[in-house]
Amino acid sequence: MDIDRDLLLLMLRRMWMIRNFELKVMEVHSAGEFAGGAHPYIGEEAVAVGACAALEDTDYIAGNHRSHGHPIAKGGRVDKAMAELYGRTDGYCKGKGGSMHLADYSIGILGESGILGSSVPVAVGAALAASIKGEKFVSLAFFGDGASNQGALHESMNLASVWSLPIIFICENNQYAVTTSYAETVAVEHVSDRASAYNMPGILVDGQDAIAMYEATAAAVSRARAGDGPSLIEGLTYRFEEHSLGLGRVRRGEYRTQEEIDTWRKRDPLDILEQNIIAQGVATREECDDINAETAEEVEKATEFARNSPFPEPSDLFDDMWADPIAFP
Amino acid sequence: MAQTVFIEAINQAIIEEMRRDENVFMMGEDIRRSVYGATANLLSEFGEKRVLDTPLSENGFFGAAIGASLVGMRPIVETLTSFMWVGMDQLISQAAKMRYMFGGQATLPVVYRASMFYGGGSAAHHSDRSYPMFMNMPGIKIIVPSNPADMKGLLKSAVRDNDPCIVFEDGTLAGMRGEVPENEDLPENELVVPFGQAQMVREGTDCTIVGVAGGVNIAASVSDQLAQEGISVEVIDPRTLVPLDKKMILSSVEKTGRLVITDPAHKVCSAASEIASIVAEEGFWSLQAPIQKVASEQVHIPYTPALEPHVYPDVEKVTAAVRRTLES
Ligand SMILES: Cc1ncc(C[n+]2csc(CCOP(=O)(O)OP(=O)(O)O)c2C)c(N)n1
Ligand SMILES: [Mg+2]
Repeated sequence: MDIDRDLLLLMLRRMWMIRNFELKVMEVHSAGEFAGGAHPYIGEEAVAVGACAALEDTDYIAGNHRSHGHPIAKGGRVDKAMAELYGRTDGYCKGKGGSMHLADYSIGILGESGILGSSVPVAVGAALAASIKGEKFVSLAFFGDGASNQGALHESMNLASVWSLPIIFICENNQYAVTTSYAETVAVEHVSDRASAYNMPGILVDGQDAIAMYEATAAAVSRARAGDGPSLIEGLTYRFEEHSLGLGRVRRGEYRTQEEIDTWRKRDPLDILEQNIIAQGVATREECDDINAETAEEVEKATEFARNSPFPEPSDLFDDMWADPIAFP
Repeated sequence: MAQTVFIEAINQAIIEEMRRDENVFMMGEDIRRSVYGATANLLSEFGEKRVLDTPLSENGFFGAAIGASLVGMRPIVETLTSFMWVGMDQLISQAAKMRYMFGGQATLPVVYRASMFYGGGSAAHHSDRSYPMFMNMPGIKIIVPSNPADMKGLLKSAVRDNDPCIVFEDGTLAGMRGEVPENEDLPENELVVPFGQAQMVREGTDCTIVGVAGGVNIAASVSDQLAQEGISVEVIDPRTLVPLDKKMILSSVEKTGRLVITDPAHKVCSAASEIASIVAEEGFWSLQAPIQKVASEQVHIPYTPALEPHVYPDVEKVTAAVRRTLES
């Protein structure tokens, strides 16, 4: 597949944006600038960025607790995302959602769920609307290898298949759910093997390779738009950091070997995409470095924006509870 | 007596019960590496067969615990209140209803330990205080410890109880230190706190506060502060909501004539609502002032620290409620 030069550079920019965002989040979190937890997406950037590069603004996504990468990959704003982590009024959810619950309805981000598997049926519903109304938009659900064991996933895949809905199920298989390994909890070798049980294509992709993720998703999107139903794509990947910020202090014992972590860190999705881009003559080393620096700068500005944004007032507590407010609070 | 942290008290109870009865086993997510802190050292002592890390499939493993309990095991399941929604079908359709529906043939000695992590910026998906919803459903015993000693003693009772129990572990207490008696200092050589027996935390004559879970400490602080003004506030900790020791509450209100209830759950149909309605029905003639419920506002838990604290009961709100009862 021939990929447009601009699209490749957009993917690289979004991946650097996520990387730099997460690095900043880790820095300011350890400095105590905000209190809630956060789940870094470092190492997995190619999965969301490759997948979302195959979508339009009018398509929908829904995701999970590891939530910063998905909105940025879909073209979301880092200033509003950062302000949300700081619990400020200019945040995506006016400070009400925090790190695990970013959403931007203006570009089809239906929201990230802290409850595992819980947003997947919701994504199916968006695809159902497209099917009922005969419209061309598609829906995409991100979930982890751990969440792939939730009943909601299996119910969703069957439903999407029998109704031939335009949805792409994207499993981010980073091989662990907190400290529990894939092998201990999933009965099949690959999550994508499960697709056959729901009579849909199951595609295993190198999740460190953004181009491969893009190509697989673009094919699934075409299929969905043509009315041929859902697909399940598994991006095999690895989280380079701890499950969540602060977890390393509380858990007992190791669950991944240093050797395994080092091996995966050598397959950094940013290196892989940059090498490809440079080899194809799409951009030079320097141009890639500029993209890194520009996104770091944008994240820096976003952090200042977040710090300067006001906190909500106590009187804002009940705002947004109802679409049609009722008399009793 | 030893000073013990709340979370360690949980760990002690589990270990003692697993040593006592080989039918007791634990299952949950990431318990082998004790991600939530209460299951440390279980794997090394009891091995993989009795310490099970589950897939992320709450409805599946909540139900598997029920099935195991039906045929003679005594499972302890670790989860969070907020993950219980995923397993509601098993908790309600099976755990709560089986025994009655099958004419008493089924016995379900299963314990769900549900942590409630509210108050720390966890937002709406991770901050549920859901015990009142289960009070509405007959068939499940509901335990709400407020200190390390009760935590230990009530959890041990839950493991021995022959009905489904949910132990709601208040996360705001996880680091709380308190005195837990050493086993050798106890008459039966162990700490077992029976269900349905409330505890008198402070004695008083002017007003009664019933506190639920983390609400007990708030009530005790209010009582201590108001004592300096010469206001005498009695504090009662019901310890279990099902069964509920209404006798102690009613006789306290008979003495004080005033009732405030502080409950971290949402205010509508809360534990506070139920206690208020019992006193309104059965203790009405003792009351000298309207009953005051101080519970969480009827809104989801916002992430931002600028709003979250405003949702919950606190010392200030409870103090104001006590003063309102004294005005009449
Ligand atoms: C229903 C539910 N159960 C448990 C949790 C606690 N929890 C949060 S993240 C996580 C692991 C998720 O693993 P996976 O789906 O593979 O996503 P990853 O964190 O690896 O990206 C767990 C168990 C939860 N949030 N929701
Ligand atoms: Mg995972």
